[in-house]
Amino acid sequence: MRRVAIVGAGITKFMRRAQETGKELSYEASKMALDSCGLTLKDIDMVTLGTAPDAFDGVHMKGEWLSDGAGGWRKPYIRNYVGGGTGVFAPIHGFFHVASGMADSCLVVCEEKMSSCHPHPQGAFKTIFDHTLEQPLNPTLIWIFALEMNRYMHTYGLTKKDIALVSVKNKRNALDHPSAQIPENLTVEDVLNSETLAWPVNRLDISPASDGAAAVVLMSEEKARKITDRPVWISGVGWNIDTAYWATKELCYPRYVEKAARQAYEMAGIKEPHKEIQVAEPYDPFSYKELHHMEGLLLCKKGEAPKLLADGVTQRTGNLPICPSGGALGVGNPIAATGLMKIIEIFLQLRGEAGKRQVPGNPKVGLAQAWGDLMQVGTVVVMKS
Amino acid sequence: MKRVAIIGTGSTAHKAKTPDVSYRELIFGAATKAYADARITHKDVQSFVTCAEDFIEGYSIADEYTPDQLGAVLKPMQTIPGDFIQGLGVAYMMIQAGIFRIVAVEAHSKFSNIKTPDEVASFALDPVYNRPLNLNPHFVAGLEMNRYLHDSGNTATHCAAVVVKNRKNALKNPLAAYGAEINIKDVENSGEASWPLRKADVSNRADGCIVMVLADEDTAKSLSKKPVWIKGVSWCSDTPGLETREWGKAVYAELASKKAYEMAGIKNPAKEIDVVEVDDEYSYKELQHLEAMGFCEKGTAGKLILDGELSTNLSGGSLGMGHLLEASGAARTYEVVTQLRGDAGERQLKKAGFGLAQGWRGVPTTTGAVIILANS
Amino acid sequence: MLDNAKIKGKGLKSSDIKDGSVLTQSCNPKLQYAWDTGQAVGQYLDGLKDGKLVGKKCNGCNRIMIPPRMFCELCFKETGDWVELKDTGTVNTFSICYVNWDASRLPPGAKPHLPAVVEIDGASEGMGILHVLGEVDPKEIKIGMKVKAVWKPANERTGAITDIKYFKPYGG
Repeated sequence: MRRVAIVGAGITKFMRRAQETGKELSYEASKMALDSCGLTLKDIDMVTLGTAPDAFDGVHMKGEWLSDGAGGWRKPYIRNYVGGGTGVFAPIHGFFHVASGMADSCLVVCEEKMSSCHPHPQGAFKTIFDHTLEQPLNPTLIWIFALEMNRYMHTYGLTKKDIALVSVKNKRNALDHPSAQIPENLTVEDVLNSETLAWPVNRLDISPASDGAAAVVLMSEEKARKITDRPVWISGVGWNIDTAYWATKELCYPRYVEKAARQAYEMAGIKEPHKEIQVAEPYDPFSYKELHHMEGLLLCKKGEAPKLLADGVTQRTGNLPICPSGGALGVGNPIAATGLMKIIEIFLQLRGEAGKRQVPGNPKVGLAQAWGDLMQVGTVVVMKS
Repeated sequence: MKRVAIIGTGSTAHKAKTPDVSYRELIFGAATKAYADARITHKDVQSFVTCAEDFIEGYSIADEYTPDQLGAVLKPMQTIPGDFIQGLGVAYMMIQAGIFRIVAVEAHSKFSNIKTPDEVASFALDPVYNRPLNLNPHFVAGLEMNRYLHDSGNTATHCAAVVVKNRKNALKNPLAAYGAEINIKDVENSGEASWPLRKADVSNRADGCIVMVLADEDTAKSLSKKPVWIKGVSWCSDTPGLETREWGKAVYAELASKKAYEMAGIKNPAKEIDVVEVDDEYSYKELQHLEAMGFCEKGTAGKLILDGELSTNLSGGSLGMGHLLEASGAARTYEVVTQLRGDAGERQLKKAGFGLAQGWRGVPTTTGAVIILANS
Repeated sequence: MLDNAKIKGKGLKSSDIKDGSVLTQSCNPKLQYAWDTGQAVGQYLDGLKDGKLVGKKCNGCNRIMIPPRMFCELCFKETGDWVELKDTGTVNTFSICYVNWDASRLPPGAKPHLPAVVEIDGASEGMGILHVLGEVDPKEIKIGMKVKAVWKPANERTGAITDIKYFKPYGG
C-alpha cells in the first residue's frame, strides 16, 4: 500500500453566521491549505468534498454547487457523505485516492453553512428521523441525544455533574484556537445552571450551530518528501455504520465506533490504544459524546471516561489530552468542517506546531474521530509523525 | 498493478411506480440477486457504497437508511452523492488501495415517491442567481440543446431519431419500462418541454435498483467464471455556474473519457470499444456525449444514428428504460456487463470484448463519469 | 502553524440582516414526498389502525422484530411469520424536553414533551420503538418503568404511528 501524508492545512473562522457563502468558505480554506504547503490548484490531481445535509445550505446536490469553491473545476471531483461523521471520513476518502495510485495529490475540503437554514438549523434535523414511523411524533434532534445520554448515565451511575466538566474543559481549550466561535471560561455550575433543553441535556452541553470550512492536502510519499520534511502520515483509517433501527440497540455504548477504531488500529499496528495514542480528538457535539467516544475508541474501559476527565488526565497537560483544540463545544460545530478541524489539530500537534495549544511530550501518534447519522456512524483516522 | 473486476450484478425490473415495495424492500431484492450472482453472501462483502442524494430520498441524512437492506450493518459503508459510476470509481480505489477485497455498490430510484420533482430539481439551482427566476428546471436542458445543435450542426430531427432508436431498443430489454415503437413525427408532435426540447426528448421517470459486487483480481478469479474487468474509470465536474459553462460541449464527458482511455490504453474508442452505453436523459445528450468521448466527429453523431450506423444504448438507455436518477449510470453499466458476459439474449452483440458506460448527473450539473470494461 | 492573520471569515450579527446592511435571498421550497410503505411497514400501519402492534419473526436468528421487516438485516434473509405483540412495554430511556422540533421553546407553563424508547412486550429483548409518554408526572418517570399504549378511538385511527397517543405507566 502507498503511504499517504498530510502536507498542508487550512481553516476558516467558525461563526454562527458567516457573511461568506458556502462556496467562499470552501475557497478560503482550500486556498489557505494550498498556500501552507506552497502549492497551487495545478498541483492537485483530484478533489474530494465532505459536507453534511443539503438541508443546511438549502441547495439540492450541494456538492455540485460547491464544486468550484472547493477547487473541483474540471477535475475528478467527488463528494463523500456519512452524515456527521463526514469530516473525518473525507480525509479517509482522500486517502483512497492517493493510496490506490489514482492520484499523487488530493485536496480534501469540508464545508458547512448551517445558518442558511431558517428559522434554525435544528429544523433540518426533523427529517433525519424515519419518515413514516418517527417524524409524525415531531421529534427534535436533541431527543435522541437526551435519550442516549440518559441511558449512558443510567448504565454507569453517572451524574450530569460528571459530564458537565467536558464542556468546561473544551470551551476553555478553545480560548487558544484562532478559529473558535464560543471559547469561554466556565465552571461546572455554569453548565448545570444553563437552560434545560431536553433533560438531561442543558444548553451548555451542546455545541453551537456554525458556519465554516477546513481543508487538507494529501500526497503520496514520493511527492510529499519533495515539499516537506515534516509530513504527517495517515497510518490507519476505519469507519463503520450500525443499523438504522436505532431504537433496537443498546444506546449506552457506541459499538460502531469500536468497530471503526479496531479497523484503524489494525491498519496502524496499534495494539494498546490507551497506551499508544498520545493525543486524541474524539467528536464532542454534546458533552457526554466525548466520554462515550473515548470508551468506543478503547482509550479507556466502558464507563471509565468520566473518571479520567475528573482526574485531569484528559486536560492538555494530562497523560491523555482529549480535544486540545477546544472541540466542537468550544471551536464550534460546522459539522463536516469540525471533523476536519480535528484532523488538522492532530496534524499540528504531531508537527509541534499547535502553539499555545501544544500538548507536552512531543506526541508522535494521534487520533481524530467523528460520529454521525442516527447514533450510527463512527469514522476514525490514526496519524503518525 | 493488480486488476479489479465486477463479479456480480443484480437489478430489479424498472417501472413507473413500485407501490408494492418500500425503498428498503426494493434494494434488498437487487442486493440479494447481486450477491447470488457473485456467489457470495452479504457477510463476504467488506465495504459498501450507496449513491444517493438527500433531497431525492426525502431525508436530511439519507446515509442513515443505507445499511440494513444491503446487509451492511456494522460494516464500513458510505454514501456518494453522485452517479453510480462514481460509486464504482470509489469502490475501485478502495480495492486498489489494498483495504478491501470485496465491495458492493448500490444505487436506486424511488422517483415515483417524489411528488414535486421539478421543485426538487430547481432546488439545485444557485439560490441567488438562478432560483429566483422561477423557471422549470428543464430550461437548462433547453438552453444547452439549443446551443449544442447550433454549434454542432446536428438537428432536432437527429435528436428525435435517438428517441425512436432507444425506445425501440427497450422493447427487447425485459428490465425496461418504456419500450415503444414510435416514429420521428411522434417525437415532433409530443409538445414542447422547453424549446427546442420536446416532451418526448425527455426520458420518463422510473423506479428501480441496481447493485454490483466488485472484487480484487485474485478473489475475482477464484469466485467468478465471467469476471468483467475495470480497465479505466474517471469522473469530472465542469463549472456549476449556468453563466460560465460551455453550453455547446460536454467538457466533463470529454475530460473523464480522456483519463479513462489513458488508464485503459485506448487510442481509438470508435474502433476499440464494442458496447457503448451513454447517458441519454435528454435525447440530445446521447449525441453530445458520443461526440465528446470521441466516438465520431463533432456534428456527425445525429446522422450516424439516423442512418443506423451507431448501435449505442442497446439497453434502450434512459429514454427506453426510464430515468433512474443516480442509478441511471448503473443501468448503463449493467447493460455493458451483461453484453460482455454474453448474457444479453436477443440484444447480444456478436463482438463484445470492450465496453464503455457513461453517466451524467442531470440538470443543472456538469458532472459525469466514465467506466471502461473488458471481459478478458 | 495556523496563522491567525490568514484565517478568513466575517461573522455577522442577526442585526446586520435585520437592519438590511447585509442582504439575503430567501426561498421556501415546495419539496413533497409520499413514500411507499411497502409490505412490512404497510402491514404495521394496518395493525396500528386496528389497535394492534405487529412484529415479524426471523427464522434465522429467531428475533421477533418491531418495526417489522420483510427481511432480517442481520441474517439477510426473508423473514417468517407475523407476530401480534402486546401494546405494553418497558421504558428503555426517556427525556423531558422543553423545545419544539424547530428549536423554538415551548410556551412557559406548557407540559414538556416526553420522548422515550419503549421496548415492546412480546418482541425480542431490546426491540424498542420511539414514542412519547403521557399521563405521568415527569419526575416519576424511571428507566425500566412498565408502560401501556393509549390508543386513539377506532374511528380516529388512520394507520399511523400517532394512532397511539402515548404510552402511560401501568401495573406494578
